[in-house]
Amino acid sequence: MVQLDIPPNDYINPGHLGCPGCGATLAMKFALKALGEKTVVVIPASCWGVIAGPYPQSALQVPVLQMAFATAGAAASGVRAALDMKGDTATTVLSWAGDGGTFDIGFQSLSGAVERNEDCIFVCYDNEAYMNTGVQRSSSTPYGTRTTTTPGQGWKKTRKKNMVEALAAHRIPYAATASIAFPEDLICKFQKAKDLRGGSRFIHILAPCPTGWGIASDMSVKIARLAVQTNVFPLYEVQDGLKYTLNYQGGRPVQDYLQVQGRFKHLTGADCDQIQQKVDEDWELLRGKAGIYVDPAAARAREQRQCKSKARKS
Amino acid sequence: MKQVLEGSHAVSEAVRLARVQVISAYPITPQTHIVEAISAFCADGTMDARFLCVESEHSAMAAVIAAASTGVRAFTATSSHGLAYMHELLHWAAAARLPIVMAEVNRALGPGWNIWMDQTDSLSQRDTGWIQLYCEDGQDVLDTTLMAFRLAEAVHLPVMVVLDAFYLSHTFEPVDVPRQNQVDRFLPPLVPRISLDTAHPRVLNQMAPPGVYMEMRYNIQTAMAQVPRRLTQYQKEFRAIFDRPPGDAVEAVQCEDAEVVLVTSGTISSTCRQVISDLRSRGEKIGMLKIKMFRPFPIALVRRFLGAARKVAVVDRNFSFGASGVFAQELRAALCNLDGHPPVFGYIAGLGGRDVTPDTLVEIYRRTQDCPTPPEESIWIGLNQEVVQSWYN
Ligand SMILES: Cc1ncc(C[n+]2csc(CCOP(=O)(O)OP(=O)(O)O)c2C)c(N)n1
Ligand code: SF4
Ligand SMILES: [Mg+2]
Repeated sequence: MVQLDIPPNDYINPGHLGCPGCGATLAMKFALKALGEKTVVVIPASCWGVIAGPYPQSALQVPVLQMAFATAGAAASGVRAALDMKGDTATTVLSWAGDGGTFDIGFQSLSGAVERNEDCIFVCYDNEAYMNTGVQRSSSTPYGTRTTTTPGQGWKKTRKKNMVEALAAHRIPYAATASIAFPEDLICKFQKAKDLRGGSRFIHILAPCPTGWGIASDMSVKIARLAVQTNVFPLYEVQDGLKYTLNYQGGRPVQDYLQVQGRFKHLTGADCDQIQQKVDEDWELLRGKAGIYVDPAAARAREQRQCKSKARKS
Repeated sequence: MKQVLEGSHAVSEAVRLARVQVISAYPITPQTHIVEAISAFCADGTMDARFLCVESEHSAMAAVIAAASTGVRAFTATSSHGLAYMHELLHWAAAARLPIVMAEVNRALGPGWNIWMDQTDSLSQRDTGWIQLYCEDGQDVLDTTLMAFRLAEAVHLPVMVVLDAFYLSHTFEPVDVPRQNQVDRFLPPLVPRISLDTAHPRVLNQMAPPGVYMEMRYNIQTAMAQVPRRLTQYQKEFRAIFDRPPGDAVEAVQCEDAEVVLVTSGTISSTCRQVISDLRSRGEKIGMLKIKMFRPFPIALVRRFLGAARKVAVVDRNFSFGASGVFAQELRAALCNLDGHPPVFGYIAGLGGRDVTPDTLVEIYRRTQDCPTPPEESIWIGLNQEVVQSWYN
């Protein structure tokens, strides 16, 4: 049996209000293991607003600021500014938003915060719909999904927005994807993000939701793993919006991922083929980016070497 | 020291003297001069503060809410569409019991686009739980801003310092700017009621089930109800330290024997002072009740000064569609259970930056005198019927 190297400390209390098998809850558990007790968490309206517990209880052992839906980016900036003014630059400010609070209503505020390069870690725990309000589609909902606002034959016909790319376009110092099925990788990325102080960091975690995805509660981790293994949700990092690193190479057919979830049950073989095509296309694009980046310093050095050898030859 | 200051800069100076630590704002005419001056203070080190240039007013209010929740003194400023855009978070700031101070420059809402004076923006935020203080002149702006921090931090509620677009925000007047050591005596460092602190972790603003929500709301009202007493207390301290009186919650000018009392707010009050002195010199019995504190509404003071008045004429530079001017509504509500209360006439004047001149106020005075009982509907002063008819309705 493989022994995972995971810190033993925990900052989440038993008795939280997440559903059984909630990927979002697991994601927080792992994130806080990496970040430790000197962390302030900002949570906009979302499932996590409920998971964190009603007055007078708390699911977390670190301070939490619950905020209005659209405000995660700005609120994290405000906490950071105040901590800095108090001389506390050591505490990590963790913004913890759902896909609605990141891709949709919270996008403007996040974009503003990242453009200012705020010294915070911005997380999107992505369950690919508005779960707190009863599984309505978001711009993170993938092509082919049935939700309560994309029901029946009106299943979602547009792509999922690519949030890591949007943030890379801001030239954010660090952006990464992570998965609850790869806890060591996830924890490692949070530790890396924690150490990269002084600027904005974004971590996008796929967080399966038994309630909204039509899966059994003991399937969350397995399905999160399948998402990576099928290249539906590749694990990768982007530094400064330029330097891509792929952490995992998948290759299983997308069908393996789709067929085990109620939200995709209606899809025909042809629909699945189409999704496979899209996934392949995105994967190739990403692989290309991982290969394309050329370190300017190395490029200059190479050019100089070439110039010198040309000079020698002539 | 007396300086000639723009009304906007009277706010900025007060914010500097209050040693605010986090400012976040988004530009909108006519608020810009306030935040430009504060930006300069932050940039050149005059203020030891962080200025967060966010991408919207919604984010500006979110950022100051978060900063105040982390235990520092926080400030923002806005106007009109910016204030409307903040609406959700105005509720949030008050219910989170945060002592945020905001300068709000009264400006009309579109369409049609109009950057000029109108109170409907701030008055339509009356139910959000913010204390609202309206200013008359540049000195009042500076003094009220300092008082706002003191009040906010005493009762744990946010305060809106409201000033008229252009008539006040862009007008230069001599203003006595106090010394830093005086302000430090009046406004000691913030002692936050709550603060995000990793040594004492707690959750702020979490879910509040029906079993506790109502009590939380009741406590906001209890805090509001403390404001008049606190204001009186801090006015005494203010006068002792700065050697001048800060603005009262309401100010009664020659109300005792007045046949008609005009009820005013903001810069119209200064115009009204002139009208009173002119008409009084001709033996006319006119008085004024200036309302500075709109939230909490000074019910007891209004009853004391207007209970025995013969006629009351409210000058509203705002309008609540389907009802009347907002000050008139509030005043009627304050007086209605008082035996033999005076008739209240509601006038609408000066919307969207139209001048309210001494003649406007004289007209209001005369019409009130001539009319035995108030009409049901508000009386709109100075409407151009040609424009009214030519516009679609
Ligand atoms: C301004 C505003 N609009 C709508 C809502 C209702 N609302 C609360 S949470 C939520 C969905 C959250 O979705 P997401 O961010 O994906 O988090 P999840 O619940 O899926 O974890 C919505 C629509 C709200 N709280 N505020
Ligand atoms: S609905 Fe989904 S995301 Fe929300 S708590 Fe339940 S499992 Fe978690
Ligand atoms: Mg979601």
